[in-house]
Amino acid sequence: MIRVEGLTKSFGRQPVLRGLDLEVPTGSITVIIGRSGGGKSVFLKHLIGLLYPDAGRVLVDGVEITGLRGRALDDVRRRYGVVFQGGALFDSMSCADNVAFPLREKLRLPRPEVVKRVEAALVAVGLEGVGAKNPAEISGGMRKRVAIARALVTEPEIIFFDEPTTGLDPVLVNTIHHLILDLHRRYRFTAVMVSHEIPEIFEIADTVAMLHEGRIVEVGPPAVIQASQNRVVRQFIRGVPENSEGA
Amino acid sequence: MTERPLPLALRPLDALGGWATEVVESLGRFGMFLAEAVAALASPPFKLWAFIDRIHYIGYRSLLIILLTGGFTGMVLGLQVYLTLVRFGSEAYLGPAVALSLIRELGPVLSALMVTGRAGSALTAELGIMRITEQIDALTVMALSPMRYLVAPSILAGVVTFPLMTAIFNTIGIFGGYLVGVELLGLSQGTYFGEMQTFVDLKDIMTGLWKSLSFGVIVTWVCTYKGFHVGHGAEGVAKATTDAVVLSSVLILVWDYFMGSVLP
Repeated sequence: MIRVEGLTKSFGRQPVLRGLDLEVPTGSITVIIGRSGGGKSVFLKHLIGLLYPDAGRVLVDGVEITGLRGRALDDVRRRYGVVFQGGALFDSMSCADNVAFPLREKLRLPRPEVVKRVEAALVAVGLEGVGAKNPAEISGGMRKRVAIARALVTEPEIIFFDEPTTGLDPVLVNTIHHLILDLHRRYRFTAVMVSHEIPEIFEIADTVAMLHEGRIVEVGPPAVIQASQNRVVRQFIRGVPENSEGA
Repeated sequence: MTERPLPLALRPLDALGGWATEVVESLGRFGMFLAEAVAALASPPFKLWAFIDRIHYIGYRSLLIILLTGGFTGMVLGLQVYLTLVRFGSEAYLGPAVALSLIRELGPVLSALMVTGRAGSALTAELGIMRITEQIDALTVMALSPMRYLVAPSILAGVVTFPLMTAIFNTIGIFGGYLVGVELLGLSQGTYFGEMQTFVDLKDIMTGLWKSLSFGVIVTWVCTYKGFHVGHGAEGVAKATTDAVVLSSVLILVWDYFMGSVLP
């Protein structure tokens, strides 16, 4: 389980997270929703140890990671897979080499095992036959899928998805969401996803948490969030501007 | 509780203090960056292929510009020094004058400036783009050190390639001077090379070598640091690249003066 307690972060005089609390149950898909620029990605970067909070803590299976540095933090990160917003594929390598990279460098597996696992990962995301291509030669949707394959290939316990469907058309958004759901059923990882794809995420999430002004204002199963009486949550789900009277 | 605003008279002092703190912090980060790169080099595993790739990137790809600038620098030197020496009837010393100028001073400095413009800027831009497209973050969250994979091989490649580039620059430059002095202006070949052997000794070569070694560290250190700590978007990459080239070039000239004063 991932537990976040009182997470606070400011950049200069701009507060972004203001005492955020959240629990992510093991094996679930938890989706963080909220307005663009509301601190969702900043929150995610605290979970993966790319940012350190001003106050508060993040516990992964009871281990506080906010105070960890160097090898101790790397030990926690070995349990992670991360799908970045733009994919973050290494553009100097082919798609297959991108997927193989953590196997070669992180797990130091022998070559035949690497080849086998890379092929399996690319097949799992529906990209058999594109391994030799460079990331620049494939479409945005395919790049996202290669990024998912790279995150998945080491069979991590926890996968973080930072807006994995941003910039994709509705058909691809659905495809990626169902791919994540399908992979989750097969590999049973804990998924933490940042997204503002409403209402699509309600189909795949076990838990939805609404982040607003640096705090989680509502958390629960999709049905609870959809029926929420919280004004901010209702406005966001219905796509109504914040200062609108119609909410 | 709200902070009381500073009296007007103290505000410039406050700004100066803020600026000084920022400068000291930046220098600290800059130093720590090199220390981390050296630590990554000193601890296994060593990334041999990344190192070879960086030698290709910094050295091999800069060869053409080094050959061109080395050749023409030698030719210009040959012409100008000959025209000066001939006034004193000392044109026999053209060979050592060209060789000493190149080996002690112009070779290390000009080749470092050329490699900075060609490879240093590309190094900053490459790392900057990797930073803004989260490729460096991807390495970090894979529990793999970006210093080990991206920075340390570049700095070590700088240490290896800069002296080699300087040696090539010097050799081509000396032949450029030969082309003008001997082939065009009629000085004898024996005089050109014979006097060179008399006047150029090992300490001159070592001076150039130490200079080029240190320039290799300076340029790759500055350029990787700037790329690693790039600002936001394309503008951030553009600014980092400009800053890297300007700072590297200034440091090359300042450090050259310092080395020139200290070394024999």
